[in-house]
Amino acid sequence: MSNLDIVRPENSSFQWVGRLLIWSILLLFCFWFLMPAYVVISTSLKNLEEIRGGSLLALPHELNFTAWQHAWNQACIGVQCTGLQPYFMNSVMMAIPAVLFSTILGALTGYTLTKWRFKGSNIIFALILFGCFVPFQVVILPMAQTLGILRLTNTVYGLILVHSVYGLAFTTLFFRNYYVTIPDELIRAATIDGAGFFTIFFRILLPISPPIIVVAVIWQFTQIWNDFLFGVSFTTGGSQPLMVALNNLVNTTTGVKQYNVDMAAALITAAPTLLVYIVAGRYFVRGLTAGSVKG
Amino acid sequence: MASVAGKIAVRLERLIPKLVIAPGFLAILLFVYGFIIWTAYISFSKSKMLPNYTLIGLRPYERLFQMDRWNVAFTNLIIFGVAFIAISIIIGVLLAILLDQRIRIEGAIRTIYLYPMAISFVITGTAWKWIMNPSLGLETVVRSWGWESFSFGWIVDQNMAVYALVMAAVWQSSGFVMALFLSALRSVDQDIIKAASLDGASTAKIYLRIILPSMRPVFMSAVVILAHLAIKSFDLVVALTNGGPGYSSTLPANFMYEMTFRRNEIGVGAASAIIMLLTVMAIMVPYLYSELRGSKNV
Repeated sequence: MSNLDIVRPENSSFQWVGRLLIWSILLLFCFWFLMPAYVVISTSLKNLEEIRGGSLLALPHELNFTAWQHAWNQACIGVQCTGLQPYFMNSVMMAIPAVLFSTILGALTGYTLTKWRFKGSNIIFALILFGCFVPFQVVILPMAQTLGILRLTNTVYGLILVHSVYGLAFTTLFFRNYYVTIPDELIRAATIDGAGFFTIFFRILLPISPPIIVVAVIWQFTQIWNDFLFGVSFTTGGSQPLMVALNNLVNTTTGVKQYNVDMAAALITAAPTLLVYIVAGRYFVRGLTAGSVKG
Repeated sequence: MASVAGKIAVRLERLIPKLVIAPGFLAILLFVYGFIIWTAYISFSKSKMLPNYTLIGLRPYERLFQMDRWNVAFTNLIIFGVAFIAISIIIGVLLAILLDQRIRIEGAIRTIYLYPMAISFVITGTAWKWIMNPSLGLETVVRSWGWESFSFGWIVDQNMAVYALVMAAVWQSSGFVMALFLSALRSVDQDIIKAASLDGASTAKIYLRIILPSMRPVFMSAVVILAHLAIKSFDLVVALTNGGPGYSSTLPANFMYEMTFRRNEIGVGAASAIIMLLTVMAIMVPYLYSELRGSKNV
């Protein structure tokens, strides 16, 4: 596709205008996508007088990280003025186990559903897959009650449980679609050699799984870190995850509105997933498109 | 003796796959399907502040459809959904086609277009709320450039707040549509294109008449995924407009949360959740059906 213009000779000045047009549109959109990031970063480095007196798009006069520090350990979230620090830890404590559980369980489920099919396994897959599409509003009320019964309301364990279960649908889909491309003969041969369920998984499937593990881990981490609905529905006060704390910080109305602190807080909150995106963007995109292009 | 033990071992071996998927599957059965039934039951019940299992038939739904707040939320969903899907796809397709023209720094540009997908709607909402701030945001900037009548107070305008949501959501998701279409463009059969261009078709014509029509499934996927995102939109509204001014920019997901956790209207909240589920299913089921039927032939 990319060698379209090689195939057919074109008027060169016409082509030149075409290239210019293409580049201007592409750059215009670069500007559009980057503008919010620029505004957020530059605002976070300004002091309040600069923000009120100057233009939104102006560069900060100096690199001033006080707002960052304030957002991290002093800003008020509701009535607690602890900054984002403890909430950041909440999110870390929630995300790591939830990502691990859902990925391991998803890998085993995907493996079973492709390589150890049994009567009804297709229906099981369809039922799990549907879990990807359920709007969570339809489960949060029973979930809130169940967490209450299990005494997990307002705890990080409750959120780990919730994210592990609802992430399982996606991780199963990822691993299932990956393992389905691995020839069954490989497994049959291993079975004849006397290898069992777990031997085959650990010796044959797992060694070739790193790419899809990375996709699943990144997907789950991004989803869980960025979740707001579960966090706001099942936790209050000090046990809230970072995303909820950020929203509370921005909407805390006591005192002077500190836009620079708000923006610094947004950046701190966005940093982990952005970092993952920058380091492993390729796998991130694969996760995004995995469920869609080929179901 | 040995053979009995052997038989047991064989049986166990056969059971292992089922035992392995049992916990996850049972969890999904309970936490997805069980909970849907639970919510459905509540939606026909007398529940107000606490769940109450006395059934009252369709009354919660009647109440729901009489509430102006719900009608506003559902109308907003249609406006938001249609505008968000249409604009995201137009921008996404345009960018994919342009990036497909042998752009030297394609990788870098793609990274820029797609990074909003890595951050949450809460952050997107926070950032755009600041940009659209009527007194310190973009409005003031443009006015200072000399365009005195420029007005960008969307988030404080009843009639425009929902478009502020569209703007931020498009910003977040159009890069994703671009990625979907770019990967599809890369897998188009080169021979057909060469043949068409030898016949004298222009580049624009090749895209419009041959390539894009062949991508119907990708359009379908994009529409379904974006529609799904739109119906679930909750955090963007909370962070950007908080449903306001008044409840003019509220969406069904926010309505559900408000009724269930803030207003002691659990029955109505559950009814609205069921309507959301039905809306998603009306879109998903035909799509999944055609997808699964298609993949069986492969």
